[in-house]
Amino acid sequence: MSREEIAAGNPGPPPGEGGRREPFLTPRPSPLTGFYTLFHKEWLRFWKVSVQTILAPVLTALLFLVVFAHSLSGRVEIFPGVDYAAFLVPGLAMMSVLQNAFANSSSSLMQSKMTGSIVFVLLPPLSHQEFFGAYLLASVARGLVVGAGVFAATVWFVDLRYEQPWWALAFAVASSGVLGVLGIIAGIYSDKVDELAMFQNFIILPLTFLSGVFYSIYSLPPLWQWLSHLNPIFYMVDGFRYGFFGVSDVSPWLSLAFVGSSFFALSFFTLWLLRTGYKLRR
Amino acid sequence: MITAIEVEQVTRCYGTLRALDAVTLTIERGEFFGLLGPNGAGKTTLIHILAGLTLATSGSARVMGHDVVGAYREARRALGVVPQELVFDPFFTVREALDFQSGYFGLRDNRDWIEEVMSHLDLSGKAETNMRALSGGMKRRVMVAQALVHKPPVIVLDEPTAGVDVELRQALWKFIRSLNQDGHTIVLTTHYLEEAEALCGRIAMLKQGRIVALDTTQNLLRRHSGCYLELRLVPDRLPESLAPLVVQRREGGYRLALRDYNAVERVVAELRANNVLIQELEVMHPDLEEVFVQIMHKS
Repeated sequence: MSREEIAAGNPGPPPGEGGRREPFLTPRPSPLTGFYTLFHKEWLRFWKVSVQTILAPVLTALLFLVVFAHSLSGRVEIFPGVDYAAFLVPGLAMMSVLQNAFANSSSSLMQSKMTGSIVFVLLPPLSHQEFFGAYLLASVARGLVVGAGVFAATVWFVDLRYEQPWWALAFAVASSGVLGVLGIIAGIYSDKVDELAMFQNFIILPLTFLSGVFYSIYSLPPLWQWLSHLNPIFYMVDGFRYGFFGVSDVSPWLSLAFVGSSFFALSFFTLWLLRTGYKLRR
Repeated sequence: MITAIEVEQVTRCYGTLRALDAVTLTIERGEFFGLLGPNGAGKTTLIHILAGLTLATSGSARVMGHDVVGAYREARRALGVVPQELVFDPFFTVREALDFQSGYFGLRDNRDWIEEVMSHLDLSGKAETNMRALSGGMKRRVMVAQALVHKPPVIVLDEPTAGVDVELRQALWKFIRSLNQDGHTIVLTTHYLEEAEALCGRIAMLKQGRIVALDTTQNLLRRHSGCYLELRLVPDRLPESLAPLVVQRREGGYRLALRDYNAVERVVAELRANNVLIQELEVMHPDLEEVFVQIMHKS
């Protein structure tokens, strides 16, 4: 394009009387709107692809239930008077909650870093607390939606008790929070899909499968019992299950303390990462 | 009066590489400012520091008087940036992308302005289209709109016309000039120097992280070059004494590079002395591209 053509692009007087508009005014921002918008965007991000983000994990949990319940129901009784299929449902629901809470924040951050669209979140005046809160809340939301979906799909096949529902809810929220924060850390740290897959496949998945979702840890040899006590996800599953049956491998208070302190420690670390701009503001 | 952008002794190091080396720069409100330089000169790094996407190793930067680190909320609210890379969120429509961007800046009810921006950038017909379905040029328009949703007083365009068609460039410059006339400060980086020459009132040239020229566009054009003389001669024979001035031999003509306008008289006298008639003579002014090349070679 020549200089003349560019100059021809000059529109002359802009709209309005006298050729000059009223001086622009920067609109006044509303508090918390940035946080709410980012949360809303993150919610829509998984909701728009709900076949993949909600229905698929619900189906996976249902398949686990069908296979394990069919194989082991009537042969195994872990808690007295509780059918194995009923024992399994809260564990499967919690496993889905945890895996999806992690997947939400980690994949969102990873994808937006890879595509470069993270810039649209980094340019606005969002504080690191707002950034953290929005990603965390969206992860908890997805975890809970998937968990609710697993229950909705499985309660028809089992006779479930609800002894301490508030404990169940507290563990679902706190545990999805822990995994949501871990997802933020993984998303910030990972520059490649491989790195995120390493988190997912070599840390989250084994810890989830070995957390007592399918069994009580007291059915394990002593060494594995001891090792299971080092697995933070064990406390999440065990505490959550206590909400249904009023029975657990360890005290629900101990589990809640463990989950709560993990949440706060990881949150402080993540807020520090975000405040320093680690791997985001290079 | 508060300046639009103030950069003081900003240095940014990546290991041993100094991407920016003690850059100091002031851009007044309402300016249309050009930031030019070859690839790797530090233009994008400087923009990233202003936008808070990169932290300076040392020095300070302010946007509309607000420190980009200490008062980052105010500084970012005052700044709209169109990034260089073509980036988009594939999950959302154009309208959603703009609504979100507006919301991130704390603006809840901003529909009228969003509609106006979309209309100016010819995006209204694509408002409900998913970003994935847009052409590269349309995606670029959305990025411009995203930078403008919060009506920033300072707008930074990092190579906004790279790879886009003439029609979009025309529409984009028309809109950006109208924003500049409304009082917005515009900072432009581009490799299309004819755009910078036509649009920018003042220009800074960067090379290897340092500012090597900073002046008004007119002064840069005047200061750094002589002129060119295009000649058609009868007979078509240039005297030997003028041969060192030839920069281009064309069919039936010559292009000579002269140090200043006074040299024109000397060339004409030399032709007369050699009985060569001038059939056509045109004095050509240097353009920004030539000035740019000169400055980059000298510094």
